[in-house]
Amino acid sequence: MNEIAINVDSLTVFYGKYCVIRDITFSINKNEFVTIVGPNGGGKTTLLKAILGLVEPTNGKVEVFSKPPKELDFHEIGYVPQIKNLDRTFPAKVIELVATGLTGKWKFVITKEIRNLALEALAKTGIENLAERPLTKLSGGELQRVYLARSIIRKPKLLILDEPATGIDSVAEVDFSKILEEQQKMFNTTILMVTHDWEYAFHHSNKVILLNKRLIAFDSPKKAFTEENLKKTFGHIGHEHTMQFIIDKNA
Amino acid sequence: MLEIFQHHFVIKAILAGVVVGFLGGFYGNFVVQRKMSFLGDGLAHVTFGGIALGLLLQFEPFLVALPFTLFVAIALTYLKERTTLEIDTTIGIFFAISVALGILFITLNKRYISDAFSYLFGSILLVSDKDLLISYFFGLATILLAIIFWKRWTYATFDYELAMVDRINVRFDDYLLSVLIALSIVISVKLVGIFLVASFLVIPPAAAKLLSKTFAQMTILSIILGIISSILGIIISILWDLPTGSTIILLQSIIFLFAFAVKQLR
Repeated sequence: MNEIAINVDSLTVFYGKYCVIRDITFSINKNEFVTIVGPNGGGKTTLLKAILGLVEPTNGKVEVFSKPPKELDFHEIGYVPQIKNLDRTFPAKVIELVATGLTGKWKFVITKEIRNLALEALAKTGIENLAERPLTKLSGGELQRVYLARSIIRKPKLLILDEPATGIDSVAEVDFSKILEEQQKMFNTTILMVTHDWEYAFHHSNKVILLNKRLIAFDSPKKAFTEENLKKTFGHIGHEHTMQFIIDKNA
Repeated sequence: MLEIFQHHFVIKAILAGVVVGFLGGFYGNFVVQRKMSFLGDGLAHVTFGGIALGLLLQFEPFLVALPFTLFVAIALTYLKERTTLEIDTTIGIFFAISVALGILFITLNKRYISDAFSYLFGSILLVSDKDLLISYFFGLATILLAIIFWKRWTYATFDYELAMVDRINVRFDDYLLSVLIALSIVISVKLVGIFLVASFLVIPPAAAKLLSKTFAQMTILSIILGIISSILGIIISILWDLPTGSTIILLQSIIFLFAFAVKQLR
């Protein structure tokens, strides 16, 4: 029997009077790669935040490795946030941010041991040479890799990524996927990723969550990406997506 | 020049300048990086309202100003957390209310007008031993707290959400930081006056930020600049018979311009 990594049961979240997600239930097994797809304002980030323990459910419950998220040790979850939230004026070097992945705090001095582990993590994401670079001087793609290095340095049991492909070119994206797959194989990491990229979700994930305030589908990509489900999720299927959808159907 | 150090009041003024420079230089890093530069000015004026109330009630002004300022600092943090108002907006509201109350209280008891205004400009050359002792005690407490909280405050300053995900109690840390900033402002107002306090919280950290590659560097440099500008400002003001507060602020401004020029040349 598969062990459960994330259990979401009848989850409803209100912000004030506004319902962001309503009555969502699903379970993700350990070592699965699950993507969340849905329109803007569909509750994707709120769902991630509820799983991270940042948002309290209004109704229902969330358990990660059979515990409420807030009771988890911080090392168990690796989180790659949207890079648009970064304070671009903060004086810091790449290595310092990666080190927070291990320490869970912003250290005044980085020890040699932590530095070596941070360099190792940066090497895995292919940017060891940027260790001493100020964060303010990084491109979007480089910054994503820094955050990825920061999250894999702690060898998390669960890796959560919020739209990591934004700002990454297609060549880098392939590389990014490879790192995630390696992580999954080597450490049995469960991966949960919000993405706008249907193609990516179709080809790389074990399961897809289609979300538009309610859970539209939670299934394998082939079963989840049906025309009906996509219509329910996005209201309409745009031109580009229609073509993609036909390819998917024949796949 | 060296003979000025034979005067007891000069040594005490320098000791006061060092502790105010340290406190402003340390807490100012978080104030500047969290984009709350108006906070120093706002809370210093809130202290003025409290002082005026103390004078009206004929009670030790700072014993009234302290809870008054702490209450506002906590209220600001609460409103930031619970409403969509930016902190600069709420500071602006309390700033205006406090000054209005201050003027009202002073007008109700005109005998203390000159006393109240002496707190605006401070009297670093007339610092009492007791005030100095209190400020050094708080300085020591700040060093001890910094050992535990610098790494947490810095992490939350960089990214509030990441700090929360890593199980840092950011709410508690925020309230603690606000209370400590308020305390450092009240203590500093007593030593150097309302106008000078805000500059200590903003100018040295801003100059340090221009020259630093990391937040740790910024913290150290900001403290050094705060302390150096105090000592030099006091000495220059005594030697050339200039107003001490103005001299310190202008010196800090020159340091800031120098930092800006260095940054441009890099």
